[in-house]
This record gives sequence, C-alpha cells and structure tokens, in this order.
Amino acid sequence: MKTENQKAWFFVLPVLLLVAFNALIPMMTVVNYSVQETFGNNQFFWQGLDWFEQILRSERFHAALGRQFLFTFLILIIEVPLGIAIALSMPRKGIWVPVCLVLMALPMLIPWNVVGAMWNIFTLPDIGLLGYFLNHTLGIQYDMTQDPIAAWITIVTMDVWHWTSLVVLLAYAGLVSIPDAYYQAAKIDGASNWSVFRFIQLPKMKSVLTIAILLRFMDSFNIYTEPFVLTGGGPGNSTTLLSIDLVKIALGQFDLGPAAAMSLIYFAITLLVSWLFYTLMTKDDLN
Amino acid sequence: MAKITLSKLRHSYYPNPKQPSDYALKEIDLDWTDGGAYALLGPSGCGKSTLLNIISGLLVPSEGQILFDGKDVTSLPPDQRNIAQVFQFPVIYDTMTVYDNLAFPLRNRGRDEDTVKQRVMAIAEMLEVVDMLDQKAAGLSPDNKQKISMGRGLVREDVNVVMFDEPLTVIDPHLKWKLRSKLKELHQRVKATMIYVTHDQTEALTFAEQVVVMQDGEIVQIGTPVELFERPAHTFVGHFIGSPGMNILPCTLTDGAAYFADQPIALEGPIQGTPTGQLEIGIRPEFVSLADTGLPATVIKVSDIGRHTVVECEANGSRISAIIDGQGPAKGAAVHLNFQQSQTRLYVDGWIATQPQEAQS
Repeated sequence: MKTENQKAWFFVLPVLLLVAFNALIPMMTVVNYSVQETFGNNQFFWQGLDWFEQILRSERFHAALGRQFLFTFLILIIEVPLGIAIALSMPRKGIWVPVCLVLMALPMLIPWNVVGAMWNIFTLPDIGLLGYFLNHTLGIQYDMTQDPIAAWITIVTMDVWHWTSLVVLLAYAGLVSIPDAYYQAAKIDGASNWSVFRFIQLPKMKSVLTIAILLRFMDSFNIYTEPFVLTGGGPGNSTTLLSIDLVKIALGQFDLGPAAAMSLIYFAITLLVSWLFYTLMTKDDLN
Repeated sequence: MAKITLSKLRHSYYPNPKQPSDYALKEIDLDWTDGGAYALLGPSGCGKSTLLNIISGLLVPSEGQILFDGKDVTSLPPDQRNIAQVFQFPVIYDTMTVYDNLAFPLRNRGRDEDTVKQRVMAIAEMLEVVDMLDQKAAGLSPDNKQKISMGRGLVREDVNVVMFDEPLTVIDPHLKWKLRSKLKELHQRVKATMIYVTHDQTEALTFAEQVVVMQDGEIVQIGTPVELFERPAHTFVGHFIGSPGMNILPCTLTDGAAYFADQPIALEGPIQGTPTGQLEIGIRPEFVSLADTGLPATVIKVSDIGRHTVVECEANGSRISAIIDGQGPAKGAAVHLNFQQSQTRLYVDGWIATQPQEAQS
C-alpha cells in the first residue's frame, strides 16, 4: 500500500534555509533599506520610491554606469577573441598540453586583491618594473595615479591578464572535443583554414563560449577588488566603476537608502543584460 | 575514375622504425581496378584505417608510392586527389543547411552557382534527400547525416574513389540494411571505385565484389566472398570469416597422410612442397557431419541458431564445431565426426598447403 505523505518537504528544508539566509533575507533587508530613510538610533522613515528616482536621475550614477559598460565592453572585446586565438594555437596532443594548461590557470589562482596590488606596484612610475621602464627608459609619460588614460589602460590590461585564461580554457575544452574526422573531412572537401574555423571550430565552441561570455560579463560588470586596490577609483573619479561607487555611498557616506536602491538597480541591470546575452546567443538552438 | 596502385607501401607511426613490429603496414602491393567495389576487412588495429588514410592522403606513407592511373600522388594533399571519404561518425557542418553542406566541396573549388545547383540537385535526388535540402543539417537523424556526408563526396564530378571507414557503426540495425543497399545502388550508378573498410564480415561480404582481408598490417588474402569462404588462404581468414569460423586442428604428417588424435584425416588433395613448421587441418563447420564412424568426440555445447544447429564438440583437447540440420545430440553425448574430404585442407604455418584434387590433373 502506498501512503501519501508530505515528508519530502523536510528534505528540502536545509536548502531552503540556506538560500533564505544567504540570499533571500539579505536581499529583503536591502529592499527594506531602499524604501526608507535611516538616521542614527535605528530610526527609519518611509520614503517610497524616492531613492530609486533619485539614483536613476543622478549624473553620478549615469557616469559610473557608463564607465562600467565601457570597462565590460573593452574587456569582452579583447578577452574573447584573444582567448579563442590562444586556445587555437595551443597544442592539442603531447607533453606540452599540461604545461600550457597550468600556465593558463596560474593567473586565475592568484587572490584578487593580490592581483590589484601586483599591478599597482608593477606600474608605479618610479619603483614599478613596467612603470620605470616606460617612464625612464622609453621616456613615455605613463602614470596611472595622474593620468586617466593610463589608469584605464592599466585596469583593462590587468583584467585581460587575469581573466583571458578563463576564455582560453573554456574555448580549449570546446576545441579538443572536436573529433579528428571533422578536420579530415574538411581537408578532403578542400576547406580553407578560415572555413574550418567558421564552420567547424566556432560552431563546436559556441556553447562553451556562451558560458565564457556570460561569466566574463557578470564578473567584469560586478568587479570591485582589483580596480579598488589598483586605482581606488581614481585619478578623480575616472575609474570609479559602479561597485566602487556603491561602496563609497554605502560605507563612505553611510547613505544606506540610496545605496540599497542603487544595489537593486545594479542587480536588475546585471540580470537583464545576462538574460539578453543568453537569449541572443542561444536563440538559434531553439529552431 | 581511376585505377589505384599501391606499390611497396610501408607505414610506421614511429619516426625511426627498426623492427617489423614497428610498422602499422608491412609492404603492401595492391591494384584496385577502376570501378570496383572493394571491402577491406580485418579486426580492429590491423591497419585498415591506416591504409585508407594513406590512399586519401591524410597520411603520408613512410615508404612506397600511391599511383592513380599511373600518376604518382604520394605527396598530393587530400583535396587534390579527388577522393571522397565517409567516416565512422557522420561529419556534417552543423550550421549549414543540407543544400550548403552538399555544395561546400564545390564552392571551395570555385565552381559557379549554376553548376553547384545542378550537381547538388542530382546528388540529392540520388540520395533521396531532396525534401530536406532547406533544413539545418544539425537536426537530421544519424542515417541521413551519414547520407549527407556521403553526398559531399559524390557531388564532385571527378571523384576517383569513394572510401567508407566503417560508415554504419552508428546507424540503427534496421537502417543499416537500407543504407547498405543504397550504397550498392550508388556504386552501380556512379561507377566510381569504392573501398569499404569494416570489421564486420556481413557488411564486407554483402557490399564487395572483392574482399581484401588484412591482419597485423599485412594483406592475407584477396578474393570474392565465395573464394574467401571456400578456400581461405590463411587460417586467419578461415577463422575470421564465417560464423562460427573454420575449425583449426593441430595435426602430424606421416608418409604424406595427416593424422589428428591418431586418426587419419583425408585431405582434399596433394600437399605442395615439403611442409615444415606448424601443421594444422582446416575444415569449416558446414562440412563437418555427425556419423556412426569417424573421429570420436564429446558434445560440449549445442546451440540452435534458427535454421541450423551448431554442435560444439571436443576431441583430443581441440574444439570442433559442426553445423547440422535438425535436432542436435544431447550435451555430453559421445559422437563420431566426419569431415567432407573435398573441404579438408592442410595449413602450414598458417598458410594453405593443399591443392584441390581437380587442379593436379
């Protein structure tokens, strides 16, 4: 006899609790803050959607959002093609495969704030290896603490150095899964190298590349530690990305209401763009 | 269309082969007649795919030459040899439509779109895929994908040879038949030389006019399916072809007569030369019968395979199978085996050593 009962719910409970405590409750606290004004002594006043309106109209937010999109755009447009190119030129058989893979994985193993600190010291004009070389040996004016362009070049280069490996490893995984017969058939069909890339390698890499682009988008859009350690958002506000600005408002100025509203808007944008990417990149698979 | 000649072909995957076992292919000399349907049969790892890849140009042999109609093509890349190859797993270009897939080899060679269209339509009709031409190739079933990869080879007007490397491995059994008869039909229509690599004897014997049997990088026998079945030139062929394979029994020779388990065994005819080495008697199960007198044996297994019964016996430590009609004896029964004399052959070191009776007169 089969008895129906509701015991199964108990098995889901641990996960439910975990998700509640690490996602839902913190998130709802933020929602709570975003509609109120806070003063000392735990006093709260209802504000409605004022903070949202204020943030969405704020020039400061627009500027930070613009910088954020520019940063993400730059690193995607460099890292994805570069990652594919490196993956294509890596050996697919032999003793060099593990060597290449380990070398590729190394930058990703370094803690984020260490990466920031490394690049900071590396590019300082008077003591850094690169900074000194550029300024004193080549005579190129390059100071990321003074010049916004130099600061941007440095943070973009740092991100490319740190994260291109992820694209490489994912693209490489896609490449090695292509059976030899495809290359042999292409040779017999008289396909050019470009055709092999366009009709065999790229389609076979597509699903892993979708993941790579999504991951790189989300990570770079939410990036905080490395640029914070490297430039601290400066010179001026030139490298103040969204997350850096958010922390400034929340912890620097202790404006919890506007910071909470900004967090939610930030989250919504990340979610929306990720969804757009994903839908666009997988829409061919459906039909 | 071309006659393909393989001359003194040797291949090793090692850069500096020293001993014969370093070679995946050991000295192959072979002519493939223009328009023939060949099967290359052998167990996995016998070098048949290596040989195929050498003919198609995907591999350059360590030694020897490949000639198409007398012209040396040994160093030509695959796309200049006008060959087509169909692989074990269907290779199709996922992002293209079926039409574009078929047109791909022609477009790569810079043919104008009118020619392309005319050829693609002709091939599509032959393969019965006309109604799929506008579909994305990725969504096709495995047998249709395999048809398309075949079509990409056939679409060129000047195909010298079409090669199949175990093309039916991933196809469902009931579609295998359909595709195989399609292949035969294509061979008759296209008249190109076709080489079909397989380790499945049924596929080889049904497809080919001539079967090339390989073992350990060597060609053991070339012949029609009937020849391979009736007079295997090597115990390997006897054992590999047929189900169950040929019975191979160790024997001794005394005064020109063969003995197995102290019983004289009558051979089909005279022995060539003076045999030295390992002596064996070969007889197909189809020609072993149960009788009242003859070689005493014990039945160890009886299996009903539909129209026949396979009786496995043991005699003097050797297993002998017999295929008989009707009900077999019980397991453990003592029986006597009779070998049909005209089908009983002597093998010396694996190679056939007897001649049939009629050949001597």
